[in-house]
Amino acid sequence: MNTHTELADRSAAQETAKETAKETVSLTGAQMVVRALKDQGVTHIFGYPGGAVLPIYDALFADNGITHVLVRHEQGATHAAEGYARSTGKPGVVLVTSGPGATNAVTGLTDALMDSIPLVVLTGQVATHLIGTDAFQEADTVGITRACTKHNWLVKDVNELSRTLHEAFQIATQGRPGPVVVDIPKDVQFKTGEYFTPDQIRHRTFRPKTEPDQDVIARAVEMMAQAKRPILYTGGGIINAGPKASLALRELASLTGFPVTSTLMGLGAFPASSPQWLGMLGMHGTYEANNAMHDCDLMVCLGARFDDRVTGRIDLFSPGSKKIHLDIDASQINKIVRVDLPIVADAGRAISEMVKLWKAKGVKAQAIKEWWATIDGWRAKKSLAYQASDALIKPQYAIDRLYALTRGKDVYITTEVGQHQMWAAQRFKFEEPNRWMTSGGLGTMGYGLPAAVGVQMAHPGSLVIDIAGEASVQMTMQEMSTAVQYDLPIKIFILNNQYMGMVRQWQELLHGGRYSHSYSEALPDFVKLAEAFGCLGLRADKPKELDDKIRQMIESPKPVLFDCRVDPTENCYPMIPSGAAHNDMILSALSDAEVSDEGKMLV
Amino acid sequence: MANERHTLTALVDNEAGVLARVVGLFSGRGYNIESLTVAEVDPKAGTSRITIVTSGPPQVIEQIEAQLRRVVPVHAVTNWTFASGAIEREMALVKVSRGALPAAKAAAEKFGARALDEGGVFELTDAPAKISSFIEAMRALGLTDVSRTGVAAISRDSD
Repeated sequence: MNTHTELADRSAAQETAKETAKETVSLTGAQMVVRALKDQGVTHIFGYPGGAVLPIYDALFADNGITHVLVRHEQGATHAAEGYARSTGKPGVVLVTSGPGATNAVTGLTDALMDSIPLVVLTGQVATHLIGTDAFQEADTVGITRACTKHNWLVKDVNELSRTLHEAFQIATQGRPGPVVVDIPKDVQFKTGEYFTPDQIRHRTFRPKTEPDQDVIARAVEMMAQAKRPILYTGGGIINAGPKASLALRELASLTGFPVTSTLMGLGAFPASSPQWLGMLGMHGTYEANNAMHDCDLMVCLGARFDDRVTGRIDLFSPGSKKIHLDIDASQINKIVRVDLPIVADAGRAISEMVKLWKAKGVKAQAIKEWWATIDGWRAKKSLAYQASDALIKPQYAIDRLYALTRGKDVYITTEVGQHQMWAAQRFKFEEPNRWMTSGGLGTMGYGLPAAVGVQMAHPGSLVIDIAGEASVQMTMQEMSTAVQYDLPIKIFILNNQYMGMVRQWQELLHGGRYSHSYSEALPDFVKLAEAFGCLGLRADKPKELDDKIRQMIESPKPVLFDCRVDPTENCYPMIPSGAAHNDMILSALSDAEVSDEGKMLV
Repeated sequence: MANERHTLTALVDNEAGVLARVVGLFSGRGYNIESLTVAEVDPKAGTSRITIVTSGPPQVIEQIEAQLRRVVPVHAVTNWTFASGAIEREMALVKVSRGALPAAKAAAEKFGARALDEGGVFELTDAPAKISSFIEAMRALGLTDVSRTGVAAISRDSD
């Protein structure tokens, strides 16, 4: 597959402007919702009906232009919409009822806020005259979701509804993407008012800055040209900036010859097959990526935010480097780490300008051979190596086999949260953006299964795999039923170690091996459970049966629940223990793990 | 790093929940609010001005400004502590006990405070530090109650 051409095609498709009508028409509030969604190019919504959204469901019934996916829990709807958004670059849309419908959506909203995922969540509300009376299924939705949305609205006037809906899409998708909530009382859904089309609506003040300042770009290129030990530290901002940004990053890397690392959220923006790829950085990042971050003389941070999982101990973070920080959100600059050159702009635009200027000036990068030799020394540690076993399935082995057996297929990976997520991030090699859906900032167990539903909905012919843990997957297991209803052949690949593995690992390293409530005494029979849902259930206990079972999973036209029984005591390495610096990693179980008292305070 | 006190104003759309957004931002991110005032300033444009006195290390103050600018209905944020030629004023109502009235009247006169009635309520509009010293002076005499409005700030420039 020619990745570059495909990426270019996709970015062109995203830029194709929609045709919009100029007239205003009279519609009911409920009809406006459906019309606004269609005018915004929405084809799929994830939702759950209830009393306060019945008029909107009635309008959906009368219209077959939008596919509604009935989830089993509103949290599932939000994660499905996140998966949909992350894998397509389009906003994810959710429709839920008032009260519990809205409160159940809160985890997904917070998740989307932390990971900058564009979501438009429509919530029903009790009729305006009942607001504030503790009515049935009333909750202060805008109050509850204020802290977990980029913006939210309670629409009390039907004539304001279409404006608000269009503004909601603008705010969710422009600048740093994020979730928004539009709370619509039931009487507003019934009332008739004037509908405005998207081209008639422009928010009063919301104008995110996307174009970089040229003098700042020039300064950045100058700093890069001088660097002797540079590193490109890339993040989810590049994915959010669209396929073009990934292309620009690839060009910048190839022009400069700089090594590239990425955060958890940025995986796929740069191809893992490139010799310039150092692997993921951070708490469970590779030895070479973290040491290169620590010892570099120029750090070029592109669309990342110096998260605590990435930086480790902050006063020892990359002490000798000059730092450039590109972010579309000005509030990220100097938040955690003071930088020498901030660039506030869209990642794709800024990187493209760097490439342009680098070429125009015919810049020759410093000879960084020595730097690469140092990096190769770190690489030689093979920090992702593990002790193989014939008797037990090592979780690393399971991921490696899953990766090997899915080559040549059109694969999308989602995950839950914990050890399996880190092993997947370390070992599954991504070549393209939008192929990796994971809960980074919030760390939401239960994200992966519904996210896979959303991804599969958007990519019906693709192979969508949720790399899961047995603890996480039980949190949103009910969405298996959604997958069956919509013939979504998602594959839930559970690394079953019977423990909340990451909790167990921390208890081993930090709490004297006192495994307080991290072992699941009772687990369901996942094979029977799969069958009960109408899925295929598979189990593997021994390394030698793994390949056949994985093939069976891939070939099944059904959703599959794969119970992969792995070594319950395996830990995820390498690891920067809490409170330690990048160059102070634990490489394997054999090294001495020493965590300071201050470190124990950190999560 | 040492804490600094800063006076910030945010010009905002006067829409439902805007004050909750700003206050929620401060409580959610652990920033201090020493005083806060809010009122509509342009009914035609539908804008209000929120004035907040806050304190924190310089890096935190910088973050507060950046976070405020991110709030969708916020039009502009000004840090008056950095702006030259800003005027900051606050109003206080101060009540003293009957017995303290004669001495309080004399003290009030020195501060330029106005007696609002014969019952012992005084009004003073001045810079926040002056208000504080007035209150301290009255406390020594027999203060019974205080109400302060918080700071309002504006630029001295004729722009």
